[in-house]
Amino acid sequence: MLLITCPWCGARDQSEFSYHGEAHIARPERPAQVSDAQWGAYLFMRKNPKGLHRERWVHSHGCRRWFYALRDTRDDRIHATYRPGDPPPDSAADPGAANPGSAT
Amino acid sequence: MADSGRDQPVPDPAPTSPAGHRAPVDGDTCLRELPWCGKINLRGDPGDSRFVSAAADALGAALPLEVNTAAPGGRATVFHLGPDEWLAHCELDGAAALLQQLRRRLAPLHHAATEVTDYYTVLELHGTDAAAALARGCPLDLHERVFKAGQCAQSRFGNAGILLYKPGPSPLFQVQVRWSFAEYLWDYLAGVLDSL
Repeated sequence: MLLITCPWCGARDQSEFSYHGEAHIARPERPAQVSDAQWGAYLFMRKNPKGLHRERWVHSHGCRRWFYALRDTRDDRIHATYRPGDPPPDSAADPGAANPGSAT
Repeated sequence: MADSGRDQPVPDPAPTSPAGHRAPVDGDTCLRELPWCGKINLRGDPGDSRFVSAAADALGAALPLEVNTAAPGGRATVFHLGPDEWLAHCELDGAAALLQQLRRRLAPLHHAATEVTDYYTVLELHGTDAAAALARGCPLDLHERVFKAGQCAQSRFGNAGILLYKPGPSPLFQVQVRWSFAEYLWDYLAGVLDSL
């Protein structure tokens, strides 16, 4: 069980949330002008890192707001959650990023 | 063309939920469905002081700006649902008038006021085991040290989304649930109470 800190409601159980994949993926400004390969990359290609991952969550059973989380995919530790529009926390300054525990 | 029968005002049937045919559970901990109340969902910008004061004037209760809190007032009890969303419970008969008043007061401001009276019903769980029963299906920490009188929270019970409210220090909880989940929640809670 994870406790996830909703930026609005505070720490809540994981089961109140839904996960919605990698965050900060910009939609091409002019979809008609990008190549199939670029459009395909936008739609399907994800970083899938082993380590810190910025991702979208929604507090489905709570305030129903979307937010971002910085999660370490190695140990599921969530290092930060932040609201849309807020500057993403600097992963280099994050204690998790400096953790040499496992290889990335 | 006009059908004369149609001109007769038809009284609204008394609202009931799918849990309405269940007999209240009595014992150390009681479960009952509260009489239907009016419900109005309100959205707006809490950073706009004009919105906050106009909404408070219309609702007769301060708009709770702190998360997970509720504000009981003369005309309505107002629950904080999200950073820009509130829910007001009022008298069933007064919902239409309250909605009108809200819309009139908030007309010049960015807002949305929606009547959701028929969308939800409210169950009441009261007694020594109320928190223990809720803990069987709800992940919130309901210890009185954490979930205090006057607090509310949206969460889930089993698979049903709920709005939980603790009006006072006694072990009494109001559980608002979507109308269509009322029977599910009722049966789940009644089963838990039976097994405690």
